[in-house]
Amino acid sequence: MMVDRLDAPIEHLLRELAPQVLSPVVRRFRDFGAAEDAVQEALIAAAAQWPRDGVPANPRGWLIQVASRRMADHIRSEIARRRREEAAAEEAERLALPVEEATESGEDDMLVLLFMCCHPALTPASAIALTLRAVGGLTTAEIANAFLVPEATMAQRISRAKQSIKESGVPFHLPTAEDRAQRLRAVLHVLYLIFNEGYVSSAGPQLRRADLSDEAIRLARIVYSRQPEDTEVAGLLALMLLTDARRAARTGPNGELIPLAQQNRALWDRQQIAEGIALLSTALPKGSVGPYQLQAAIAAVHDEAARNEDTDWPQILALYELLQRMSDNPMIVLNHAIAVAMVHGPEKGLELLRALDSDPRLAKGHRLEAVRAHLLERAGDHEAAILHYRNAAIHATSLPERNYLMLQAAKLSEMRSTDS
Amino acid sequence: MKFILMMNARKADWDEYAKWSKEDLQRNVAFMRAFSKELKDSGVFVATEALGWPSEAKIVRAGSNGEPITDGVFPESKEFLAGYWIVDAESPEEAYKIAARVSAGPGRGGESGNMPIEVRPVLGSHADLGL
Repeated sequence: MMVDRLDAPIEHLLRELAPQVLSPVVRRFRDFGAAEDAVQEALIAAAAQWPRDGVPANPRGWLIQVASRRMADHIRSEIARRRREEAAAEEAERLALPVEEATESGEDDMLVLLFMCCHPALTPASAIALTLRAVGGLTTAEIANAFLVPEATMAQRISRAKQSIKESGVPFHLPTAEDRAQRLRAVLHVLYLIFNEGYVSSAGPQLRRADLSDEAIRLARIVYSRQPEDTEVAGLLALMLLTDARRAARTGPNGELIPLAQQNRALWDRQQIAEGIALLSTALPKGSVGPYQLQAAIAAVHDEAARNEDTDWPQILALYELLQRMSDNPMIVLNHAIAVAMVHGPEKGLELLRALDSDPRLAKGHRLEAVRAHLLERAGDHEAAILHYRNAAIHATSLPERNYLMLQAAKLSEMRSTDS
Repeated sequence: MKFILMMNARKADWDEYAKWSKEDLQRNVAFMRAFSKELKDSGVFVATEALGWPSEAKIVRAGSNGEPITDGVFPESKEFLAGYWIVDAESPEEAYKIAARVSAGPGRGGESGNMPIEVRPVLGSHADLGL
């Protein structure tokens, strides 16, 4: 089912249309899971036919019609299966209705879909997969490829996610006003995870990962266009843009990791940085400052430094201090320690790290050790730094990280032997 | 997070396995099939393979011209990989649970085989130390 070398404009159009086609089909047939499958089939059909026969005059109408026909087939076979059941009669009646193009519901279908796909009943992995397919319009094969699992496994994950939604009995409309803010946070978190999944993976050409960061940015733009007044939505979009701007500089030619301090800043995307900063400058004065805005502000301070040594660390430290009051995420605590080290010297940072040794969320991970090694190196204690770099390498969860940590240890080790 | 679940066996275990009864073998095969299906149905399956008999293994090294030099003599105590599963789990704990299920698979006489399963993280391509 993998569609190769699809025209970029058609692919773009299909991805744009996917959620706009799904919502009327769900509204009409009321079965989210089956409707989502039907839309996926319609998208695949379009991807095969449009490059050959041309894009129809009304592409959205075409897709809704094809998906509705698939739904009708699906229901017919369901009816055949349950012929003796009386419930079938009602559905047969619904089938006789003409295919209308879109049911104007007055609700924002895009948000309804996102709330559905990022439902709190789902595990993050399921919510991510479902969001990418139902709202992002990616095929199962593309999502499987992005997460390096077989297509059948991803298909199963998506179908289980839809089953959980069905069992949770959530109706297909916007949650109540009270629920909405909380559900929007869940949506933002899923988009953040999608972005991160794309951003932190070193994209070797052989991996052909779908561009998850771009997709997350596209989806965040959609949410922002619906909720421009929500400052955290703007904050998340700004954070993505300001982080993604460094993408070209963060890995070397062989996919090796290049830390922020050593990146070639000429490779940073100035336009994206400007857009992120503009978004943030509009959001921050509105007064309801949340974690995404603060993280975006930190990214902006880094992005604004022309050289690494120009980085305004006192400002970054102040922002991390605010951030720590809102979130006890251990990664934030670690980054705070780095900022402390940059402002008050590595000893102060190391002192903070010692307090983290008992944190079970960090105890087994490699990041605490990596940061400790980094600060020890800054403090000039190369012997201890080597030890902790190696220790971090043992616990590393990815090959580029392990390579980086081992190289750091080797570099210090060689420096030491040439010194003596 | 991906994990590899490796089933290792000593040469003596392989020799014993060769003598299993038809009933024991059938029960074990049925269990392994059902186990793989379970992994697939629950959306965690990545890959699985079974490996050939240890007697078919060769140790290969490059000779001085780069040509392969094979060696087939192994110490009795060495463990041989019998097969593996790669799963995409939410946590190490979930991977351990999956490993425990396969460890409890039926051995000789239908008793739990209690095979040791080595679980190790598969390194990803992520690269983010926050530095």
